[in-house]
Parts: sequence; C-alpha cells; structure tokens
Amino acid sequence: MPLRRHIANAHADQCLFDRAGQVRVAALASATSLHGSLGDLRGRSVLIATASQLTSALALIELDGVARRLTILPPDVDRAHLPALIADADIDAVVFDGGAPQEGFSHVPVRIACASSLVPLDDGRFDEVRTEWVLLTSGTTGVPKMVVHNLAGLTAAIAPQPQTGPETESMVWATFYDIRRYGGLQIFLRAILGGASLVLSSAEEPVADHLLRLSRHGVTHLSGTPSHWRRALMSPEIGKIAPRYVRLSGEIADQAVLDHLRTAFPHAAIGHAYASTEAGVGFAVNDGLAGFPAAYLEGVRGGVEMKVVDGSLRIRSPGAASHYAGAHGGELLDADGFVDTGDMVERRGDRYFFAGRKGGIINIGGLKVHPEEVEAVINRHPQVRMSLVRPKRSPLTGSIVIADVVLKSSCKRAEDEPTIKNDILQLCRDALPRHKVPAAISFVPALAVASTGKLARRG
Amino acid sequence: MSIKLTIIDQMQQVAREHGKTLAPLDDDLALLDSGLDSLGIAVLVARLEDRLGVDPFTASEEMQFPVTVGDFVKAYENAAAPAHR
Repeated sequence: MPLRRHIANAHADQCLFDRAGQVRVAALASATSLHGSLGDLRGRSVLIATASQLTSALALIELDGVARRLTILPPDVDRAHLPALIADADIDAVVFDGGAPQEGFSHVPVRIACASSLVPLDDGRFDEVRTEWVLLTSGTTGVPKMVVHNLAGLTAAIAPQPQTGPETESMVWATFYDIRRYGGLQIFLRAILGGASLVLSSAEEPVADHLLRLSRHGVTHLSGTPSHWRRALMSPEIGKIAPRYVRLSGEIADQAVLDHLRTAFPHAAIGHAYASTEAGVGFAVNDGLAGFPAAYLEGVRGGVEMKVVDGSLRIRSPGAASHYAGAHGGELLDADGFVDTGDMVERRGDRYFFAGRKGGIINIGGLKVHPEEVEAVINRHPQVRMSLVRPKRSPLTGSIVIADVVLKSSCKRAEDEPTIKNDILQLCRDALPRHKVPAAISFVPALAVASTGKLARRG
Repeated sequence: MSIKLTIIDQMQQVAREHGKTLAPLDDDLALLDSGLDSLGIAVLVARLEDRLGVDPFTASEEMQFPVTVGDFVKAYENAAAPAHR
C-alpha cells in the first residue's frame, strides 16, 4: 500500500517538524507540495534532490505509488557523480526546492519544484504503481552504489502499529540522522506508518539547539549512531530531553555508550539495531548489552536469517535490497540470497561482538587489529567520551596503532592528562594483546563525524 | 633531560610495559639485541615522537633504519630541534 494511503487517516496532530516550520501530515490528503505537477511525475524515474529534509519527506509521501522509481539524493554526494547516477538510474525527472534546481540537472527533461507550503490538489487519484526506492551507499571513494528497495522491504522490520489511541498520539519520533540515508529513512517510515510526528535534524544546527528543539516538541523516541549519541551526551542540554525509547544504529554500540545512555536516561528503553543499506534491518538488541546473542544465528527471526562466513556477517531478509541499479554495483546477493555485510563478528561465550569492517583492518607486522575493538576498550575508561584508533606508518612493523581520545567535559584539567593517559594504556594492556595497545594517545577536543553520523575514518 | 637520556628512559618504560628485560646498553649494541623486539621498537619510535616532536625514520622514504643503539640515538640528535641539543 503506497505511503499516501497510510496517511489517509492521519490524526490532526501528526506533523513533520524542521528547524524552519512544520507540515501537518493530514493536509497531504487534499494538498500537494509539488505545486500542481504531481501528474507530470507519474510513471517516471524521479530524483529527489531537494536541499531540505522536509521537502524530501513530502515528495516521498506524495510520489510513492505514483513514480516508477524514486532515487533519494543525500546532501553530501559529490556533484561530480551526478551524471553517472542520472544515467544509471534512468532518471528523467528531478524534484528540487529553494526556487531553482542545483547545477547538474540541465539535461533532465522534467524538473519540478517542491515546497513545504502546500497548494490544493485537484485530483490525487492515480493508478497505483509499485515504486522502486533507490538509496545511495556512503562509500568514501568513487560513485556511490545505488541500492534498489521497495516500500514493503523498507518497512519489513516495522511492526504494524495501531494508527490511533493515546499511545501513538503522544509519540514523537526524532533522529539525528538525515532521513535521506537508510538509518534516517527507517525512522521517517516508522513515524509515518505509526501515526507519529517526526522532528527532522539539520546539519547546520548546533547540538545544543537541536536538543532544545527536541525538548520543545516533547520527543519520545530518538535514534542516532553511537557517534551522534556521544556528541549529544557532551552537551549540557542532554538533560532537557527525556525520551522513552533510545535507539542506536549504524555503528558498533559498545558497552560504554550503552551504559552512558542508561545513566542519562534511567527510565528509557535502550536498544541498538543492526542495519545496512543493502541488508536492511537485521535485528534489534534490547537487553542493554553490547553485541548480540549467538542464538540470533539459529533459525529465522522475524523473517531474517543470519550466518557468519569467514568472520563476516551475512543476512538473508525480506528487508534486503534486491540489486544495485546501473553499472557500478556488482552482485548484491550471493547465490543463496544472502547479503555479505562486510561487518566482522567474533563469538565470545554465548554472544557475538562486532569487531569492525572487513578491509578496515590495521596490519601490525602481519598481525591484524580492528580499530573498533581497541576503541571499545578505550571507551570503557570513565573519563573518555569517544575515541578514534588509526594506523600510523612505522618503519619496522608497517603500521602501528595510535589513538585520538576525546575526554568528557568534566575533566578538562591539563594536569590530569598524563594520569588518564597511563590509566587508558593500562586498561588496554589488561584487555588486549600488546600489538593492539596504542603506541601513543593524543587528547583531542573533538573527532570528526561524517554526514552519515559515523565517525570519520580516514582512507 | 638530554636526548640520549630521554631515549634510554623510554626504552626502559617500553621494555617494562612489554614484559622485556633490557640488555646493558652501549652504542655498539645492535638495536634488536637490546631486548626490544620490532613491535617494541615501533612503539618506542611513536613514544619518542610524542616526547621529542620528531620521528626521524618515517619523515624520509630513503632513511636507513639504524642498526645499533648509537645510530638510533644519533638519528634523533641529528633530527632534533636546536632547543633539544
């Protein structure tokens, strides 16, 4: 069922909020953000290339079931890749906002403006089509891969919820993600299908202002990456929000960040979910512990099957994408229909723990180190907010492990730093073999978080 | 502390952390016979960069890695800023 039909009975309070304003979802039943041009997009392969997340959200609701294919352009994609993306996805229409399309779209035949100020919709009845949804991966180099989903798959992990009742009417979702990435899109769909309002993020907004805005809207359900959450926990305004549900995804949730969130939100349900653009949502873990129970690999859970091949997690799921569009993808599914996630896992006792990305490995004289496993140990130190472990060239061993560490704001005394440094090294020596212990630790004021919400790791 | 003393101090520190015993150090002793293995020496180089602000071995592609303790100390003395001399 297309998104537009999901909102046919939206309650009057369900809104999409952004920094600048708000749109009542119910208004879309008889009005349009596409200013009279909805019919022109029928059956087309449409690129959603708006500057604002709000107009992207409106266009998605309106065009699902109308367009043949919706390709969602995240804000940080290198414009040099546009011609390849437009060719590979057979794009013949673009939706933009802010008065004029950005550069790079002059050859697209149909260009339609979208605005959060709605105009009356003459006739919103169309023959419904099954729309393909295309999401872009966030690889660091080259043309992003175009991952083809449909709405049924994208919503496979979302439990059906009653559209009315006091529980949903008081539910307000928000995410630190941009909704044009998989993790954020999940939250957008959760809110729309669940009849809940959604507070959108803004890349330019300071964290404190964002938290105050979430507080004003009474956010009850909040999602982000562990890096998003660590950054939020550094803000004094974190105390202004009181979500009932806290969700982490997109990066490894280590025990330290789960514990910090437990302390900050003693009454919230805290869950970390595993998902990827290609594999969809694999599972959610709600016991407050890092990693996931080994039992998750047995049988089929919520339609999802998982196995570990050469240390890497593979997932077969109704939520997985079907293929890559165009020439830059390769095979998305293996012969048995599993997606190789490239996320390395390690079994310890009756639980699996994420060890890092396949290929993200640091080689120390032939011994392998996943940066994430060292970061998880460093992050256990009570004064540490976040850390980044990276290789440094070494004449003897090829590489060596070094760490950049952000301390909590409560311990900004320079004279304590040598002691903390020694404590962190001792913690690492107790928990890790010696080639994984950082050779040097630098304290830094902040670590870069990419627009995907993940810690920026250099090539 | 002189550069040489800083280096010896850090060698002892790394040896302690890695559970190694240092041989009596003199200039002609081969670095790899000092008691530190290659990982230990790699860690030592990273620590000394932290202390002395210079890594004479990765700065240049052609640099020969020193064979003896004396060569090792000399590489730092040659690379160090004048303030350290």
